[in-house]
Amino acid sequence: MSERLRMVGAVRETLRDELERDDSVVVYGEDVGEAGGVFRATQGLVDDHPDRVFNTPVAEAGIVGTGVGLAATGMRPVAEIQFQSFLYQGFHQLAQHVARMRSRTRGTVTCPMTIRMPYGGGIHALELHSESFEAGFSHIPGLQVVFPASPAETKGLLTSAIRDPDPVVFMEPTRLYRSFREEVPDDHEIPLGEARVAESGDDVTVVAWGSMLRETLDAIEDVDANVEVIDPRTLYPLDTETIVDSVKKTGRCVVVHEAPKTAGMAGEITSRINEEAFLYLEAPVERVTGYDVPVPMFAREDDYVPDADRIESGIRRALEFG
Amino acid sequence: MPDENVAQFTIRSVQVLAEDETVDEELVPDLDDDELLELYEQMKRSRRLDERAIALQRRGELGTYAPAIGQEAAQVGSAFAMAEDDWLVPSFREQPALLTRGTELHSILEYALGMEEGAEIPDGEGGLPPAIPVGSQPLHATGVGWGEALQDRPNVAVTYFGDGATSQGDVYEAMNFAGVYDAQTVFVCQNNRYAISTGIENQTEAETLAQKAIAAGIDGIQVDGNDVLGVYRVAREAMEKARNGEPVLIEALTYRRSMHTTSDDPSAYREGDEEAEWEARDPILRFQVYLEDRGILDDETEDAIDDRIESELAEAIERARADREALDPADMFRHVYAEMPSELERQYEAFEGDGGGGK
Repeated sequence: MSERLRMVGAVRETLRDELERDDSVVVYGEDVGEAGGVFRATQGLVDDHPDRVFNTPVAEAGIVGTGVGLAATGMRPVAEIQFQSFLYQGFHQLAQHVARMRSRTRGTVTCPMTIRMPYGGGIHALELHSESFEAGFSHIPGLQVVFPASPAETKGLLTSAIRDPDPVVFMEPTRLYRSFREEVPDDHEIPLGEARVAESGDDVTVVAWGSMLRETLDAIEDVDANVEVIDPRTLYPLDTETIVDSVKKTGRCVVVHEAPKTAGMAGEITSRINEEAFLYLEAPVERVTGYDVPVPMFAREDDYVPDADRIESGIRRALEFG
Repeated sequence: MPDENVAQFTIRSVQVLAEDETVDEELVPDLDDDELLELYEQMKRSRRLDERAIALQRRGELGTYAPAIGQEAAQVGSAFAMAEDDWLVPSFREQPALLTRGTELHSILEYALGMEEGAEIPDGEGGLPPAIPVGSQPLHATGVGWGEALQDRPNVAVTYFGDGATSQGDVYEAMNFAGVYDAQTVFVCQNNRYAISTGIENQTEAETLAQKAIAAGIDGIQVDGNDVLGVYRVAREAMEKARNGEPVLIEALTYRRSMHTTSDDPSAYREGDEEAEWEARDPILRFQVYLEDRGILDDETEDAIDDRIESELAEAIERARADREALDPADMFRHVYAEMPSELERQYEAFEGDGGGGK
């Protein structure tokens, strides 16, 4: 049985299924109980599982830090951080403990925890509600960083994240929460670390994830070339092979993200292409990204976040080089 | 709207065996002679471990080491009150508690030799490795105490930290979460009067640290941390409460008689006769006189304890040296994830190809 759901519904149904399937799953975070979370991603869950769905005090370090202990006792904490940038108040717990527990105890204590958080711009929210810190999370050994880009992908990736033996930072693109519906299969798992070829082509490769994947798919409609679009889905571990194979075919690549340009994931992806496909390149890898500025307030937000026009220009530059 | 007092709070403070050897017989916990001797021996074992470790560090054999000298009663007394399957959630100065809970000497030394092997938790045992960031681990203990409650298990998490940690927001968050979720957690704050060089008078204006529990809505109690009988009594009471979902903060008043770590020189910030004053209040000495006065400890038993500790230590040092010698550097790649990601595997292969860490 599949259902036509929006992304926010896919999150909710996945959490519902995993709570049902596994008694050790605990869903907790600010306002996730009766209110169902500020985006309603947990609506109704507390009614069926009052013993495993919890509102927490407003304390992100507390949410992340207690997860370490819950996991050590055999529970599977699935925490919601209300907005990605609020995670900074629990960042020390993530970097110092969640990510390191397995390695520092040589596997004798582990932390199978999933931390979900809405990220990115596009909903005209307050300051510090629009960040996209994937490069920072990917830089912390021990974490896995996952980005769904559609309702069905959300179901498959979140299911795998919750069942994974290691911690996962699960970045939900805020502006895709309610943007469209699609069929979401039941009991759907997508392995972490495997990219998806969203669109096949042999003229140029575009790598994009989360909300930028949707923008990219819009952008290529106006491009008169065969564009291959790759959604890595997981930024750590990153499926280098799928990206490199594509670039070997096309010789040209554009990487898109809404995070700032400097030290963003596009730099890492470019390096991997240089290491493994240098002689296949016919143009420098093009980056279409946010700027090195704090994400502006929403009056200027649309000027900061890459849109289909900027992505299209980036693709043209890559195609026209040389 | 009247102006009225809507809540008031008090903090109890407990002492059983005083510095001058007077004893409140009514408060003496029910422990037999063997148990009393075990308390004594664990305190001495930890003291000797610290002394040997400092010497080894001075010779360049160990890395930075944080001695617990002076704090043995605060830790041994409380750890001894734990039940078999309870969880120890330590900071980095918890040798007395670790030893009381059965951690092997060589493990502690290996951690100080910079080896992850020293932070392993033996299979089937509840516990977490030492936490280095000050005040970060009480949240883990809250998570453990909450997880145990969710799974209807009776086990309690006991976490140790110092006076400095109480200034961290995480410690408040830990107590507050514990209160909200009825976590089976005991917070043992060893007020040893120093956070590296910062004295307690600069750490907080709060009159006691036990009262930090009040804002979180959990019980707080103070005890003479150099009185092993008092600490045991208070800890046992706290653990029974925690087992029933009532978390407790214990403030054990003690003194860090030695350096913060081997990288620290306390003479730069301590008053002249302060250390001598606290030497006279030493927890091991106080308990030794108590045991001798009651005929529980004689010279023969004392010698047997010392011999046992010395030979265990000699063996542990040999074992740690041998394990250090046999260290496999490539091990660092193997435990980051359950399954090694391909990018990490490439780095691992490159490491092996380079001859393993530039050897």
